[in-house]
Amino acid sequence: MATVPLPTRPRVPEASKPAPPPSDAKTNARRRPGFRRDQLSGWGMIAPAAVLLLAFVFIPAILGFGLAFTNARLISPRPVEFVGVDNFARLFTDPTFYRALLNVAYFTVVIVPVQSGLALVMALLINKKFRGVNFFRTVYFLPVVTSMVVVSLLWLFMYRKDGLINEILSTVSFGLIKGPDWLGDPITAMPAIIILSIWQAAGFHMIIWLAGLQGISGELYEAAQLDGTSRWQQFRYVTWPGLFHTRSLVLVTITIQALGLFDQISVMTQGGPMDSTTTIVYEAVRSGYRQQETSYASAISLVFFVLVLIVSAVQRYLTREKD
Amino acid sequence: MKNQLLFRSAGTMLVRVLFAVVAAFPIVFMLVSSLKPDQQIFGDMSSLAAFLPVGNISFDNYAAVFDRVPAARFLLNSVGVSAVTVVLGIFVNSVCAFALSRMQVKGKKIVFTAILATLIVPFQTLALPLVWWVNQLPYFELNGFSLEFSKGWLDTYQVQIIPFIANAFSIYLYHQYFESIPKELDEAARIDGAGWFKIYRQVVMPLAGPATATVAILTFLPAWNSYLWPLMVVQSEELRPVMIGIQYFFQLNVSWGEVMAYASLITVPVVVLFIAFQRSFVNSIASSGVKG
Repeated sequence: MATVPLPTRPRVPEASKPAPPPSDAKTNARRRPGFRRDQLSGWGMIAPAAVLLLAFVFIPAILGFGLAFTNARLISPRPVEFVGVDNFARLFTDPTFYRALLNVAYFTVVIVPVQSGLALVMALLINKKFRGVNFFRTVYFLPVVTSMVVVSLLWLFMYRKDGLINEILSTVSFGLIKGPDWLGDPITAMPAIIILSIWQAAGFHMIIWLAGLQGISGELYEAAQLDGTSRWQQFRYVTWPGLFHTRSLVLVTITIQALGLFDQISVMTQGGPMDSTTTIVYEAVRSGYRQQETSYASAISLVFFVLVLIVSAVQRYLTREKD
Repeated sequence: MKNQLLFRSAGTMLVRVLFAVVAAFPIVFMLVSSLKPDQQIFGDMSSLAAFLPVGNISFDNYAAVFDRVPAARFLLNSVGVSAVTVVLGIFVNSVCAFALSRMQVKGKKIVFTAILATLIVPFQTLALPLVWWVNQLPYFELNGFSLEFSKGWLDTYQVQIIPFIANAFSIYLYHQYFESIPKELDEAARIDGAGWFKIYRQVVMPLAGPATATVAILTFLPAWNSYLWPLMVVQSEELRPVMIGIQYFFQLNVSWGEVMAYASLITVPVVVLFIAFQRSFVNSIASSGVKG
């Protein structure tokens, strides 16, 4: 797609060209002699990024699609053969795969509203200028700059039966609550993963909300204030409609990230206990990397990609601009 | 009336502080624990001492970390790989965005659309075919004066860098930012006889500071934090980045003080960098039209 040929065709005489748009007329006339050189340097500037994206996004994407229908292994003396839908047939009879789908659905359904809501509250808290606003912005963003792998390791320690979380629970309830073995119990393992995921990523979406909030004209609030509206009414009738575009952006990015749940699982639970935290991407990596079954993993990845496409198309439809 | 306002803003401040405590407590706990011996970490857990550097404080855990894992080597690898990715990423993506937004290149609309289309492909779906693919790519190595040729990029530095240089989101960000810079500047420079590259370098880029800061952070973070990719493509210890070092702490009977020391060691540099760039980062996201 990026290897569009350079213009080699001889220059057409001025007269036969359609008139350039009036605003550009002067610049075009001046650029005309160097026009071909401009095309060349333009393509020269686009080419590095275009070639890299072609090589490391487009080609692997197409390859992944193709490999899903073969028996390719990462390192194998056997030649790669076409096997049709064998991989998919195996996939759709695998109970672990269904469990993974269910877990990812659970994770996504909880995390999308809760995380976007909390992120919006955080953005509202630091939207106005006040003393120390930069301090709060930095602190709210701290978990985001902390790598998910470090976060997972840290919370792994905090979630122990005798860990920090249970100690805090016990202290604030005066010893009434004895916390569970968070990651060791199939019922609490996923909620535990959800909590740390929200903790880590809310700050990122806060920044996007903040950008949206700052795009809303201050005059609207002044007008609303003159009308004697309450704070809630201002939020309801000025802020919320003003965040329309931001809202769909936040929802789409959180959903796609949620569907791709992997790092936390890989460090903390390896899909356990009893498959209660296994996910689609985790299954793909486990079969593709640990068991070297590139083709089977590609099939899982393909299903995952289709899922992402469907979900973002549905979201786009639901959050479309209604005239 | 005035009292009510004061009361309300105090309430808001309280909520702000509450959120800040929730955001910060695990990180404070990590930093503080990294300075304590294991026994004390567990002993302090039921009191506020868990968040305070009190008692038997030392840097012993850090010293032990450097004994247990090749931490210096991992840090050096990560610094190198991230720095090269960031620098090349800034150059390649901004130059591309420059041509797409400020030059009249034929067919640029199609290219821009194709670039934006790559945004919907999550990296996780690419990762596995990409492993297979980079393993088929040719590899050139200059050995003395002879150019040696072999196949497969697995277990190299370049496999950690080259696939992550071009980035659609960075191009988009620069594109939006460049659009906001008046085009008359280009024309004035061209009348003065400047070529396009000179306009890029001396007119447009110096004005794009906040966009560059954002792209730098958004390229640096995943490069420094990458885990899945190096786990799959880098086997040799001397080529591995910091996040993989964490695997050395997965065994049983690990010292949690040392784990916290290693985790702090790989987190603090990022936090420092972030605080340095924080202002321009937030401003440029706010002004770059991430609004959607």
